[in-house]
Amino acid sequence: MFDFLDSGQYDLLGAFWVTAKLTFFSAIGSLIWGTALVTMRVSPVPMMRAFGTVYVNVVRNTPLTVVIVACLMCLNQTLLVSLGGKGSEDIGFRLAILGLVAYTGTFVCEALRSGINTVPPGQAEAARALGLSFFQVLTLVVLPQAFRSAVTPLANVLIALTKNTTVAAAISAAEAASLMKKMIEFEADALFAVFAVFAFGFMVLTLPTGLLLGWAAKRLAVKR
Amino acid sequence: MSGVSVSKGPEGATRSADDLVVLSEVNKHFGALHVLQDVDLTITRGEVVVVIGPSGSGKSTLCRTINRLESIDSGTITIDGKPLPAEGKELARLRSDVGMVFQSFNLFAHKTVLENVMLGQIKVRKTEKKAAEAKARALLDRVGVGTQADKYPAQLSGGQQQRVAIARALAMDPKVMLFDEPTSALDPEMINEVLEVMQQLARDGMTMVVVTHEMGFARSAANRVVFMADGRIVEQASPEEFFSNPRSDRAKDFLSKILHH
Repeated sequence: MFDFLDSGQYDLLGAFWVTAKLTFFSAIGSLIWGTALVTMRVSPVPMMRAFGTVYVNVVRNTPLTVVIVACLMCLNQTLLVSLGGKGSEDIGFRLAILGLVAYTGTFVCEALRSGINTVPPGQAEAARALGLSFFQVLTLVVLPQAFRSAVTPLANVLIALTKNTTVAAAISAAEAASLMKKMIEFEADALFAVFAVFAFGFMVLTLPTGLLLGWAAKRLAVKR
Repeated sequence: MSGVSVSKGPEGATRSADDLVVLSEVNKHFGALHVLQDVDLTITRGEVVVVIGPSGSGKSTLCRTINRLESIDSGTITIDGKPLPAEGKELARLRSDVGMVFQSFNLFAHKTVLENVMLGQIKVRKTEKKAAEAKARALLDRVGVGTQADKYPAQLSGGQQQRVAIARALAMDPKVMLFDEPTSALDPEMINEVLEVMQQLARDGMTMVVVTHEMGFARSAANRVVFMADGRIVEQASPEEFFSNPRSDRAKDFLSKILHH
């Protein structure tokens, strides 16, 4: 039933490796972009707050497929942005990361904002009373505690991100979902097996993430 | 006192170089509630001022306006001759000279006791890490929690946490210390250990503004008692005078409720 895997015609590991890389780079990027966004959303500067709010609400409510395809069509094909990529697969890979970061950053931002809400206001007050600047209060006192209580929602975001990488197939990044499309076409007699293989592959990526971060959430929790 | 220059302020009030904190005609509203009404208060260097009064009289708000944790609607507040700046670097610098101790301790929950006392020194005063640690340990010894240095705040009792909070404020070498009901969240048996530290500070000549319900502390440590009610300073006097011979009816009423039962 699974003999199509032995034919040597499909690079399953390679495809999942691309998925893992997409996930990894997008996760790092979204964490940074999400932190920047939440900084804007809680900043005392009205312009920054307005930008953060508008960005999050627009991008979060746009389908990921639209964001990713827009990256290819608008950025690459119209504005010729290739982010240093060579060849359509490489360009697709890089633009997919850009789209995923732009999209996932909004969810990271909101997860962190809920984390910030768990930090008692007295913590920031005490920090301000010591003479720390807004940025220091945020980076030294509020965000470290917010991150710790946001590990569980961040794990959700990371798992969703892993699975969202499949949308990158739409702009020809050579990740798992694009290989799956190929297999469905050529192995129509083993459809169930093909789907099972990919479902299993994603679980191999996401289950340990969930377990690890669940454990980390308990370890890192701030005792009050 | 000799060598003190005395000049006339714009409102005709006498100002001396010994005045550390001066509030003049301070007003503040929370929505429709007028929490501070034309408050004038001058605190001189080395003075211990205890602010008492019924709940909702504005005493905590008064305390919090002094380092601008609460902004004011009108009036002026000057600290060591400088008016309180608006938000920004200047305000941060000023706050570093004003120590604050909160009712709910507010120790940084993700940092150890030692790190709590070192943070301001390193990030605001730019002290070397080693020097900051030495100073932090010395201060923790002074308030009697030296052995708890490597624990996290949640592992300490309330009284210990509050003493750490005092050490954290002292680490900045503040010109004045503000205490906002420092013992109100404590179990009765822990109140004294905190009050003793504050008594010692007062004896060492620290300028202190203390909002409290501890009348014993007011009697023994205060140079002056300020009685507030309904957003106004109703009466101020030395502790002996205030407790034995209050002038206003409001103060008489308040004292009769808390002292006799």
